[in-house]
Amino acid sequence: MRNLSVLSLLLLSLLPVCSLAAEPIKIGVAGAHSGDLAAYGIPSKEAAELVVAAANASGGLLGRPVQLVVMDDQCKPEIAVNVATSLVSAGVTAVLGHICSGATKAALGIYKEAGIPVISPSATTPSLTKSGDYPNFFRTIGADDLQGKFAADFVVEKLKAKRVAVIHDKGDYGKGVADFAKATIEAGGKAKVVLYEGISPGAIDYSAVISKVRGEQADAVIYGGYHPEASKLVAIMKKKRIDIPFFGPDGVKGQGFLDIAGKNAEGVYATGPENYAGLSANQAARAAYVKAYGKEPGTFFDQGYAAAQALLNAIRVAGSTNGATIEKALRSSLVETSIGKIKFDQRGDAEGIGFAVYRVQNGNFVEVK
Amino acid sequence: MMSYFLELTFSGLSRGSIYALIALGYTMVYGIIQLINFAHGEIYMIGAFVALIVSGVLTIYGFSGPAILILAALLAMVYAGAYGYTLEKIAYRPLRNAPRLSPLISAIGMSLFLQNYVMLAQTADFLPFPALIPEFDFMEPVAHLVGSAEAVIFAVTLLAMILLTLLIKKTRIGKAMRATQQDMTMARLSGINVDRVISSTFIIGSVLAALGGVLVGSYIGQINATIGFTAGIKAFTAAVLGGIGNIPGAVLGAFLLGLTEAYAAGYVASAYEDVFAFALLVLILILRPAGLLGRAVRQKV
Amino acid sequence: MALLRKALLTSIWFVFLTLPFLAVRVNTLQNEVEWRWHSLFYVGLAVFLLSVFIQVGRQLRQRRPLRPAGPTTIARFGHRLLTEASLYRPLLGLLTVAALLFPLIFDTAQTNILVLALIFVVLGLGLNITVGLAGLLDLGYIAFFAVGAYTYAILNSHFGLGFWLCLPLGGAVGALFGLLLGFPILRLRGDYLAIVTLGFGSIAKIVIENWEDLTHGAQGISGIARPGLFGLEFDLAGTVNYLYYLALTLVIVTIFITHRLKDSRLGRAWIALREDEIACAATGIDPALTKLSAYAFGAFWAGLVGVLFAARNTLVHPNSFTFMESALVLSIVVLGGMGSIVGVILAALALVLLPEYLRAFEEYRMLVYGAVMVLMMLFRPQGLIRPAGRRYKRPTAGDQEAA
Repeated sequence: MRNLSVLSLLLLSLLPVCSLAAEPIKIGVAGAHSGDLAAYGIPSKEAAELVVAAANASGGLLGRPVQLVVMDDQCKPEIAVNVATSLVSAGVTAVLGHICSGATKAALGIYKEAGIPVISPSATTPSLTKSGDYPNFFRTIGADDLQGKFAADFVVEKLKAKRVAVIHDKGDYGKGVADFAKATIEAGGKAKVVLYEGISPGAIDYSAVISKVRGEQADAVIYGGYHPEASKLVAIMKKKRIDIPFFGPDGVKGQGFLDIAGKNAEGVYATGPENYAGLSANQAARAAYVKAYGKEPGTFFDQGYAAAQALLNAIRVAGSTNGATIEKALRSSLVETSIGKIKFDQRGDAEGIGFAVYRVQNGNFVEVK
Repeated sequence: MMSYFLELTFSGLSRGSIYALIALGYTMVYGIIQLINFAHGEIYMIGAFVALIVSGVLTIYGFSGPAILILAALLAMVYAGAYGYTLEKIAYRPLRNAPRLSPLISAIGMSLFLQNYVMLAQTADFLPFPALIPEFDFMEPVAHLVGSAEAVIFAVTLLAMILLTLLIKKTRIGKAMRATQQDMTMARLSGINVDRVISSTFIIGSVLAALGGVLVGSYIGQINATIGFTAGIKAFTAAVLGGIGNIPGAVLGAFLLGLTEAYAAGYVASAYEDVFAFALLVLILILRPAGLLGRAVRQKV
Repeated sequence: MALLRKALLTSIWFVFLTLPFLAVRVNTLQNEVEWRWHSLFYVGLAVFLLSVFIQVGRQLRQRRPLRPAGPTTIARFGHRLLTEASLYRPLLGLLTVAALLFPLIFDTAQTNILVLALIFVVLGLGLNITVGLAGLLDLGYIAFFAVGAYTYAILNSHFGLGFWLCLPLGGAVGALFGLLLGFPILRLRGDYLAIVTLGFGSIAKIVIENWEDLTHGAQGISGIARPGLFGLEFDLAGTVNYLYYLALTLVIVTIFITHRLKDSRLGRAWIALREDEIACAATGIDPALTKLSAYAFGAFWAGLVGVLFAARNTLVHPNSFTFMESALVLSIVVLGGMGSIVGVILAALALVLLPEYLRAFEEYRMLVYGAVMVLMMLFRPQGLIRPAGRRYKRPTAGDQEAA
């Protein structure tokens, strides 16, 4: 064990030497790359790697190569704090991440003090931007309140549901959306939330909750969470012949859901960013991924790709690696990304990504007008 | 009301069968060497993955239907047995005379290692698992209550329990296992190859877990490198509930656990089902400290 | 040679084992199977060489002339280091200076990581009481940690109570929960205790996730105030350094108290309980009271340092309190050597700092971490430092009795 401390002291002493090479522009990529939420963090990391590789292939940024500093936080706030201080010490210009809202919140204070802009592809807690506490925070995904309200409005107005069952996965993403959907329905007064339950991700079987859905005679289900649990839920609903609309957030709208749920996915609704599947930028991004990895990209890939593109563009426009200038550029400069032409508003939310509702028809998500 | 109760009951029983298949392996290993094999859940996951990979390869090469199911299940069981055997040999056997907690930490480390190994070698994503269990027509009328897959799992669990009990009671190796369980030194002195017995126990437990993995994968339709952990904890709870070291106890405990979770989810709230499950555990252990069917070990002074 | 044959067989076995995982990639997009034979080759080669290496090592060790049984030179030196004042006083002095100067030499990130390590040192020392001294296997220790952290979070965000007030409160609430959880499980033995305490750990996390009004559930409670020093405002580096010195002080206090506890009447009762519960009861020690006190004392430290944890992260979130954390603390105690304070400190530093310094391995980090845990157990199952029993020198005429 003494050897280990000697070794670590040696390694530590090398650190200041390494950071002398100031030539490359360093960008931090933080998120869950191991552990049970790895499936949601790795696609964004891979997206960043693709964008940076392309940028370096065409001459880099401001004449300098771009270097990614990738650090895994396992979606744990205390590790996120470690990552944040390490990235700040490593001298990164900006950070792409984190993935989970809890981890992001823990780290933001540190980035804010260091004047480092942060763009997250998946941290959806509204207070991150709405509170105004973090002027250095941006995101390329719609916040929970938007999505939840959108889902609730669609289900009540368009699908004319009167008794809505709201299910969530107890995580900060899923529960956030579910809570706002519930609040919107209750505030609207036109429908009732007859069931509000949290399920444990990774459990073997959810038939009890679905039986409850039938027991309460719900006529629609709004789900907040990711595609693995959503697939299980729709499979059980089909098996139990419960033929009511199932509505998921953008964590469900993806190839992963279609692959896993198979034919049970037919008829499922999901919200997602408007229109981007048809965009050439999006198709190009996905093609690049398939070429590099031989499979379809996972959750939050599009948002991660867009975040990386927006960041590199902002640095180019700002002409410097100064945090405040980059933040201004993010707010003022419209950039073509894999989720559309976006820029960020005063609070940090992305403008230009609206929401649309999609429905699975013949094994594909089709936009519902 | 009644049909709701029935639905919940069937749901509980199907959960229970799944827990039981994995719990059997846990309880056997604990019975023999008093080790909580935390890596057992990972063996279950490995079995499911091997089945997935094999069925994927076979599908691409043009095989079909029952052939895929049989080959996938067989290879899954073979591999799980191999992994279980290797696991015991590398991580537990050297620690047999070590302080009691050391093999536990080794088990936790192996669990972490195996999980990440599969994640890195294959993928961290959720993968769709083909529905290998065919839908039986005669199940149609009750299909909304109990599906074919659940019936198969239930039947397999009961079969496994019966076969295992027969194995332990009637065969020579079963007798050797019982002897080793009672007193390892004496068993060795009686000429029993204790190492071989322990390895066999691990192999049998792992084979069962793999079978569970294949069946559950088909039932749920998806697998992921992290499924072993939750399944392992639940199965372990079930084994303890029924009396750890006791085979019918493991199955009983598993069904009881499954039913409790289902009723808790159905009548209270899904979010608290684990709380009820553990509360049940505490209650039973307070009333019967050795589990439902466990025999209290007499403390010798 | 038999050696080469064994190595060959072993490598073939491992190639067989890893075949489906490493060599086969099913590509459902293009509907083809990707065979990666080269990875099998690497595995085979690596295992072959490793097997040869291990066997040669074993043979060499057997061929060495029989040494008189006894501790090795290193072990004897280590033992002397720990017990002889002339050796350990200067070492202690050196460590103290190093610890005090650490933030000045290394940057904020390293200091921040070390703060987390120090927090886990305290956790290890706390669990050391329950598991190491009293022998009560607790797999849900993290629940008390969570309780302390959330106590501070709730009191701070809802009532504005400060860090210094909440610090002892966190400890007290932790101890209270320790008592509460200890009651139902007094009669349980060994591994039954393990699963029930595991259950408690799970329940704590579930309750945190679901009791929205109190804990904000999955959102966590954020904006927790960092400890202040008479109203002084710190920048990031300053805060981290302040937290570091706080943590260091806490560690020293904990070491002092637990060390004294070990030699106290209560401590001896715990050790007696661990060694043989029936004999312990036969000598008149009340096992129930002893067990409860072990839980309560252990939980107290967890609650106390939970407050510091919340202050360091400025956020509490259920994700920080899973079974993996409980397992980590348990590993720290086991790796350190049950009951040995120095061992627990070394193990805590090793196990918490290791993943950070393994980041060079990137995605293989957790794989290596798991392997390291297993290897540590295989090579030193009794832990880093086996607590040496008290040594009494036979007093010769005119000698002072050495402690």
